[in-house]
This record gives sequence, structure tokens and C-alpha cells, in this order.
Amino acid sequence: MFDTAMTWNDLMFMLRGAGVTLWITAIAVGGGTALGLVFGVMRSALSPWVTWPLAFVLDVLRSVPLLIQLVLANSFQAIAGFGWSPFVTSCVGLALYTAALCTEVVRGAILSVPETTRRAARSLGMTWAQDQTQIVFPMALRVGLPSWINLTLGVMKDSALVLWLGIIELLRASQILVTRLQEPMFILLVAGAIYFLISFPVARFGERLEKRWREHD
Amino acid sequence: MFDYTFQWRQAYRHLPRMLEGALVTLEIAVLSLVIGITIAVLLAVARDSKSIWLRAPATAWVEVARNTPALFQIYMAHFGLGSFGIYLSPYVALLAGIAFNNAGYLCETFRGALRAIPQTQTRAGRSLGMGQAQTFRLILMPQMFRISFLPTTNQMVWAILMTSLGVTVGMATDLTGITQNLNARTFRTFELFAMAAVLYYLIAKAVMLAARLIAWRLFRY
Repeated sequence: MFDTAMTWNDLMFMLRGAGVTLWITAIAVGGGTALGLVFGVMRSALSPWVTWPLAFVLDVLRSVPLLIQLVLANSFQAIAGFGWSPFVTSCVGLALYTAALCTEVVRGAILSVPETTRRAARSLGMTWAQDQTQIVFPMALRVGLPSWINLTLGVMKDSALVLWLGIIELLRASQILVTRLQEPMFILLVAGAIYFLISFPVARFGERLEKRWREHD
Repeated sequence: MFDYTFQWRQAYRHLPRMLEGALVTLEIAVLSLVIGITIAVLLAVARDSKSIWLRAPATAWVEVARNTPALFQIYMAHFGLGSFGIYLSPYVALLAGIAFNNAGYLCETFRGALRAIPQTQTRAGRSLGMGQAQTFRLILMPQMFRISFLPTTNQMVWAILMTSLGVTVGMATDLTGITQNLNARTFRTFELFAMAAVLYYLIAKAVMLAARLIAWRLFRY
């Protein structure tokens, strides 16, 4: 099992795939977080009677498998004649999915700030915007950041699904090598190790952050 | 803008077949959750045990399950085990992959729930003359399931969403597999997958509703 025909070039091929995985994750999380922040603030500040269409769409994005969403996004961009490359399509699809999850993180974090604290801020003469940026945001950040880190890792792992649209990311790259070298176990173990090395330290950091911040409450 | 004619009727014609697929999807999700819960309880016990021989494998299981993609775990079951001459059918590979994943996540949920149960409960059980295993089974486990009921329902919904990954290892009888087959035959990609999306949404909502009803029935004082 351990005398493998895999060469350094093949490993570089997989690492390039890992690079694609990280790129897609970065773009999707960046875009998704920006959208999620806006939607989250909207959902927490406006009445549910106004935001229910948004809430419904985000709920659908969370309740439908990502694979189906990606296929739909891909066929929709073809139907609408956008002419997007699979890379752009997957980034957009993943970003929307991230936004749906991030909205809940942001909303939960904002709602965790006590009402009284916000009233106190307004009583001191702060405007709504000042209250949001200087009181709510710093307090909500502590609650939301650990969940946001988990969310980012989740998107990194879910980004493996974009292989269905034909993008050669880490898992697809290892599948190509498996087809060529016929050593599924070894190559998949390498791929798994790469995923693990990316995810595990960040997850640990998130856990530690969560613990440390809880102590000072 | 759209140079395309939607053919909803064509897709709608295949609804009965897709509903059959939805049943298979639900079946896999339920089975994987049951297996997952069983293993997760064992893992939760093993992770907090004093013996390193129990703790290390359990910790490894949980960390691998939580830090690699579900798709990778299914690939491992389907392609990876082939190296050892173990060939799992897509159905079994999918089930094994999701159950592995469920067990890893649920183990952490259960451990959190166990920590939320007051220590005095264990002591009360032991004072009544119960053995350690008996205390765990009769006192701690029911409370653990109650505390972790909501996260477990969420895991169930994720399990349903994860079953869609089976199509990548050649699963052809679940909802995504059937949709993909019909898609290959008719090229009505958008219509068929949109219908699949609606079905998945309805299944997820139905499961949440059922869980809500069960919780209301079970957990009222």
C-alpha cells in the first residue's frame, strides 16, 4: 500500500487543486459574509413582516442540497445567457449558500446583545448607526466569530461539491490521479490529510477563541 | 432575456418516479441517523474514558469526520476501501459515509449534552445502588437525548441533504440519482432539478415539523 507510483508532480497537482479549493472558499466566504452581514442586520432591525420574502429565500438555500443548488445555478446561467465559466458559477452558488448560513450567524449574534445595552447607548445620545457600529458590533463579534469560523470551514469542505461542475479542485484532482494510478486508498488518504491539515488547526483556533472569550463574560 | 422555453409538463410527468426516489432518500437518511446515533453514544463514552486505547480511536474518528468533507468520506467508503478488496455498492457506501459523518458530529453534540447534566444526577443514581453502566443507561442517556434533541433534528436534515452526494459515486435510486438519470435522458436540467429542489425542501420541512410534534409530545411536563 505504501510503495506508491505517485510522483512529486502528482502531489503538486493535488496541491494546485487544494489551491483552487482555497480560492473558491475565499471568494465565496468573502462575498457570502458581505451579503450575510447586510441580510443579518436587515433581519434583526426590520420587522419580520417586511423581511419574510428574504427569510424564505434564505431558508430555501439552507434546506436544499448544495449539489442541487449548484446544478440549478449552472443551468440557470446557461438559460439566462450569462455565459459564466464554471468557476464563476460555483463561486456565486457557494457565496449565496454562505450568505444564507451567515445571515443566521449575524442575526443570532446581534440578537444576543441585550436590549437594555442598546437602549443605554441610544439614551446616551448615540444615533442608530453609532449604536450599531460601536456597541452592537463589538459585542456581537465575540458571539458570532466562533460560529463564523465554523461556517467558513463548512464552506471549505462543501466546496468539494463544485467538482460536479467540472472544476479540478482537491477532491477532483485526487480522483483524476486515482483513475490514472489505480491506488484509491493512498491518494484519497493524501487528499484527506490535506483537507485535515487545512481544517483542523483553524477549528482548534476557533474552539480556543470561544473558550477564552467565554471566560471573560 | 431568456432564449429558452421551460417545459414544466415534461418534468412534472416524472414526478411519481422522483417521489419514489424521495422515499429512498428518506430511508438512507433515517438509517444513517440511527446508525450514527448508536455509534455516537459509544464514541461519546469512549472519548471521556480513562483508557487511551478507547480515547484515541474515538478522538481520531470525531476529528476526521468533522474536518474532512462528507463527499471525501463517501469516496473513501466507495473507492478507498477498494484497495483492500472491499467493494461497497453505492447504496452501502453512501450509507456508510453519512453514518460515519453523523456519528462524528453527534458525538460532540452528545458530549456537550452530557456535560450539561448535573453531576449530582450520576451520584444520585450510584447512591441508589445502580452500577456505572446502569446509571448511564437509565439516568444519563434519556436526559442526554432530551437535551440534544434539537441538534439531532438538525443533523437529520443535514443527513437528508448529504444523501444527494450519492450521485457522485453512482447512486441511481435516490432523489438526486433519479433526477440525474432523467436529466441525462431528457436534458430538462433546470426543470427537473428545480422539482428536486422543491421536493428536498418539502422533505426537510416535513422532518422539522415531525420533530417539533414529537418534541411537543415527548417533552411536556
